[in-house]
Amino acid sequence: MHKDLLRLMRAERSVRRHLAVTMAAAVLAGLLVLVQAELLAGVLSGRFAVAALAGLAAVVCLRAALAWTQGVFAGRTATGVKSALRHRLLGRLRELGPGRLTEHRSGELVTLTGRGLDGLDAYLTGYLPSIAVAAVVPVAVLVRLFAADLASAVIVLVTLPLIPVFGALVGMTTKAVTERQYRALSRLGGHFLDVVRGLPTLRAFGRARYQAGVIQQVADAHRSATMKTLRVAFLSSLVLELCASLSLALVAVPIGLRLLGGSLDLTTALLVLLLAPEAYLPLRAMGTRFHASMEGVAAADAAFAVLDSAGEPPASEGRRAAPSGGAPEIRLENVTVRYPGRDVAALEDVTLTIGPRERVALVGESGGGKSTLLHLLLGFVQPSQGRILVDGVELRDLDVASWRARLAFVAQRPHLFATSVADNIRLGAPSASLDEVRRAAAAAHADFVAALPQGFDTVVGERGANLSAGQRQRIALARAFCRPGASVLLLDEPTARLDGRSEAAVVAGTAELARDRTAVIVAHRPAMIDLADRVVRLHEGRVISDTTRATRSPAPPDALGADAVPAGTGIPGDTVPSRVSTADVPTGNVPTGNVPTADAQPGHAQLGAAGLDGGGVQAAARSGADPSVAAQEDPSEGHSTGAGEAPGRGTVAEDVAEHAKAADETKAGGGAAEAEATTPVDDRAPSRPGTGTGTDGQAGTGGRVAAGRREGGEG
Amino acid sequence: MTRAMGKRLVWAVLAGAAADLAGLGLIAAAAWLITRAAEQPPLAALSVAIVATRAFATSKGVFRYIERLTGHDVALRAQAGTREDLYRALIPPQQPRHGGADLLSRMVDDTEAVQDLLVRCLLPAAAAAIAGLAAVVIGLTILPVAALVLVAGLALAGVLLPAGTAAAARRWSARIAPARAALAGRVADLVHGSADLAAYGADDEALRKATAADEALAALERRQARVHAAALAGGTLVQGSTVAAVVLLAQGAGVGSVGTAVLALTALVSFEPVLPLAAAGERMAGITAALRRLREVRSAAAAVTEPAAPAPKPESPLTIEIDDLVVRHTPRNEATPPQHNGRTAPDAASPSDDDAAASRRHGRPALDGVSLRLTPGKRVAIVGPSGAGKSTLLAALMRLVEPESGHVRVNGVDIRDLAGDDVRALMTGLTQDPYIFRTTLRDNLRLAGPEAGDETLRRAVRDARLDGWVERVGWDAELGEDGRTVSGGQLQRLALARALLYDPPVLLLDEPAEALDEETADRLMSDLLDVTRDRTTLLVTHRLKGLETVDEIVVLEEGRVIQRGRHDELVAVSGYYRDLWESEVLTRK
Repeated sequence: MHKDLLRLMRAERSVRRHLAVTMAAAVLAGLLVLVQAELLAGVLSGRFAVAALAGLAAVVCLRAALAWTQGVFAGRTATGVKSALRHRLLGRLRELGPGRLTEHRSGELVTLTGRGLDGLDAYLTGYLPSIAVAAVVPVAVLVRLFAADLASAVIVLVTLPLIPVFGALVGMTTKAVTERQYRALSRLGGHFLDVVRGLPTLRAFGRARYQAGVIQQVADAHRSATMKTLRVAFLSSLVLELCASLSLALVAVPIGLRLLGGSLDLTTALLVLLLAPEAYLPLRAMGTRFHASMEGVAAADAAFAVLDSAGEPPASEGRRAAPSGGAPEIRLENVTVRYPGRDVAALEDVTLTIGPRERVALVGESGGGKSTLLHLLLGFVQPSQGRILVDGVELRDLDVASWRARLAFVAQRPHLFATSVADNIRLGAPSASLDEVRRAAAAAHADFVAALPQGFDTVVGERGANLSAGQRQRIALARAFCRPGASVLLLDEPTARLDGRSEAAVVAGTAELARDRTAVIVAHRPAMIDLADRVVRLHEGRVISDTTRATRSPAPPDALGADAVPAGTGIPGDTVPSRVSTADVPTGNVPTGNVPTADAQPGHAQLGAAGLDGGGVQAAARSGADPSVAAQEDPSEGHSTGAGEAPGRGTVAEDVAEHAKAADETKAGGGAAEAEATTPVDDRAPSRPGTGTGTDGQAGTGGRVAAGRREGGEG
Repeated sequence: MTRAMGKRLVWAVLAGAAADLAGLGLIAAAAWLITRAAEQPPLAALSVAIVATRAFATSKGVFRYIERLTGHDVALRAQAGTREDLYRALIPPQQPRHGGADLLSRMVDDTEAVQDLLVRCLLPAAAAAIAGLAAVVIGLTILPVAALVLVAGLALAGVLLPAGTAAAARRWSARIAPARAALAGRVADLVHGSADLAAYGADDEALRKATAADEALAALERRQARVHAAALAGGTLVQGSTVAAVVLLAQGAGVGSVGTAVLALTALVSFEPVLPLAAAGERMAGITAALRRLREVRSAAAAVTEPAAPAPKPESPLTIEIDDLVVRHTPRNEATPPQHNGRTAPDAASPSDDDAAASRRHGRPALDGVSLRLTPGKRVAIVGPSGAGKSTLLAALMRLVEPESGHVRVNGVDIRDLAGDDVRALMTGLTQDPYIFRTTLRDNLRLAGPEAGDETLRRAVRDARLDGWVERVGWDAELGEDGRTVSGGQLQRLALARALLYDPPVLLLDEPAEALDEETADRLMSDLLDVTRDRTTLLVTHRLKGLETVDEIVVLEEGRVIQRGRHDELVAVSGYYRDLWESEVLTRK
């Protein structure tokens, strides 16, 4: 019997009760067969009057009632156990949370929690009651037989144990044969599915028709292999059947002969004849039910594997309510994230300060740690080392719910729920009025909702099946808008996989949403990056560059003041390397030699370079190899330069040129690093000052050091 | 079903009936033996009954064994036949189906319904009918009225009860299916939407909904259990009252103790093969549904019509002309949403379905007047957002979809006039979602060149830059097995090696770098552009790096060509291509 399952059933009171009723009904019905045999033997032998048939009928009715009870309560037991298991699984899913759910195969989890558990029905409704019957009824039959006729009772007593003994023996042989053939069987059995799945590939190479013959051959091979195992497997039931029927013959023939001799009365003889098979039946039934319940055992194993799956308990949740108010400053200090079972850290020693109302774009190739960083801020994953501070308070000390209430999040593939569009939008604000929902949708440029059959009441298909990717994304964006109180915006590649038109709408919505909020946006499309004040590039879990951009939209004057002081500088002893403005340098050094919109470039670039001359880069040049020091020495200067020249600048083309150049530099080993003031945020950068002596004495460190590190990292 | 199989089936039924009859005979002979012995006749009068009792006891198990073996043999044969039929029905290109891989595995499961139908329903029913008939014959020889009662009882338990449970099971599964789907949907929300739920603090609510869905399902299942309970109770009741009635009639008619005992015990035991038929009835609902689904698959119309008299296959070198091609995916029947029993939610994000889904959603053609000319040795790349019609174009070239209007001509011959297999022999290559079969590496390659020698195989592997891996794992390495042994990059390279081995006159490559990480994708694309030099090639891609070397780039959006030209021409003007190029440059490290 399944230990975990029994423990679960003991823990659930109603299940325990239902199972007890089921088993009691089954056992009682089994015992009533004895009474039935008694009455029938009496009537048939003429000892009882015909009136005893009324008693027989009553027993039959009682048995029928018990069968009904057993069926109904077995159903209740099964649903009770499945529900209990399901509730635990669902609770576990929620406990695992988005951070750790990924360790499991999501499709399998859904199937297991749904249909998978139905496999338990046979185990609960069939096998368990049959155990109780097998434990009680044969004993009762034997007792009655001993009272009636010693000789017959001894025959049954001797042959009865043969059933489990032979059953076990044959079972072991079968197991050996099956195991020997298991690989061949599973291979042959899986062949058809394999071929059907690969049919498009076969069709592409003109092999589809040929495979039809192969299917036939493999099916033949599979059949003969299966029959080989079945020949042995069915031996067990042959033996059981033989045991039962031969012992009936063994009982019947001697009592016939004794009747002939007059040493036995007919009633007893008939009773023995009717009772003897009932001793064997429960054992055989149990064997059959056991085989039928194997699937359920596998389902239970799978369910308990998920429930018991190791992994740290959910991070101890802090109790401090998150500081309310405006956009917070978020600081990561030497944060490392390791996922269990992976050698490489997802984030390694990342230190980053995101100022209030700052808009940071996270860029870099996939797998670089961008999403992990967002998940850290969302509290889905916990840092293995280091800490995260929100306005100076450690994130892990904060109450997760109150912290998340301040966030607006748009996932890479937002999940839409099979409910109305309005309810999807008010996911994070269930009490929002329809007007608020409408406003949120309008702000997210989700105008298409009005054109839907029932507008905001239109029910979205499972996972948003009846909406396009762009529409789904805009509804998710509206979700974020529907949380006007949120002060932090976290977006995970909101425009990935969108066509041009949808992208424009989502970008416009995002720009709106990011206003007055601290925003962290994982981005890779130029239009989205264009929204950011600052671009942080992640590679293999490390920040390899951190560039403050001059933005197109000027910050509001009051915000500028606060913003102009880079976060963190006010804290004594803070050595976090911070930001330096970037110079846009005209360059023909884009990989293909083809600068996009080269015509629009020089004027702006010169402006940028000129602005830079008076700013942070000179400071960087003064301080030699350590631009972070430069940033600390003269942070406001560097920053305000960027802000001051903001209007009219920051087109996509410039940004692309800038990044193309950065990309080129990292490849070329820093040959063209003249005025690029991309700050190395890697710890190692300051520790190797020698690499940073730029060719022209300007701030050449950034690109070069990053490049050097990258080379080292690859080598 | 073939005649040979019919014969086997008859044997299986006979063996089953023999086993049931032996059981019946055993109890009848034993009853006769005992009651007759009580009358204390000479021993000789009992000898036949003694022999019969022993013979029935021995043969019952043996017959049962034979029945089970022959029955399973027939069932496996029938299943193999069903599978082959199903496969043959799937060979012509089909309309893409809802549900993808999951649907396929369910279809394969459905073929097991044939086995269930035979082994668990038809065979036992036939054997039970024969045994029941024998019991009635025994009854007739003793007391015809009792036999009539027995007929009524057996018909009730063996026909009416199973019919009732079958009907009830059908009704209940129709009622339960939506509840099951709802639960699966809520669980999927918890799993797939966990990030959104957690971020918006809606996870408690979602958990509550899932729990409620479970409660609703459990309530229905509790009520459904009554069907089974009623069948159990009904069977017991019918059996008991039949036996009681038979005894009452026999005693009333003064049959005598021997006849009465034989009648009563025969009646009692004759129900043993009949009572399980109620459970078989419950099973029938699922079986008939599976068989209906298989029938639907088999009768589904092919996606393209084959010409009655195909034109001869054009010879290389080939010039492909695509002229104002319009392809519209037929709308899916929205009125009857596919029943998934909650196993999968439709995944609109799956790339293979993107074109079709996008075009259905917007009611526009997947391809809307596309023209293209591919001369020998020319390489053309197709780019565009997902759902733009790129894959549909390749499908049209491979004659997997029927165009609404326009033409594809190969050396002037419309491909509609060619046999579909011939078209695919001319134009094929690396298709979407290449599949790795559960067999050796060598066989996985050789399906694209069954006659290829080792040297040819080695060259294809080298050209696909797969030789290092092949050396490492060996030619006889077993692949497949959930694709665990093959990484995404290796899979695409293996598919490329297949395409190169097949060496079609026109090489089609559909998103060869799909689902690969940046570095692998870059390497694969540059290798691929290298190796396809001077081959007539149509490349669908969403990565632009390296496209400077192709002869023409065609940008599709919403089924139309919105830009075309060479790489440097396209990056020089604003538009989709430059946008994509800029974002690609930006994300490069």
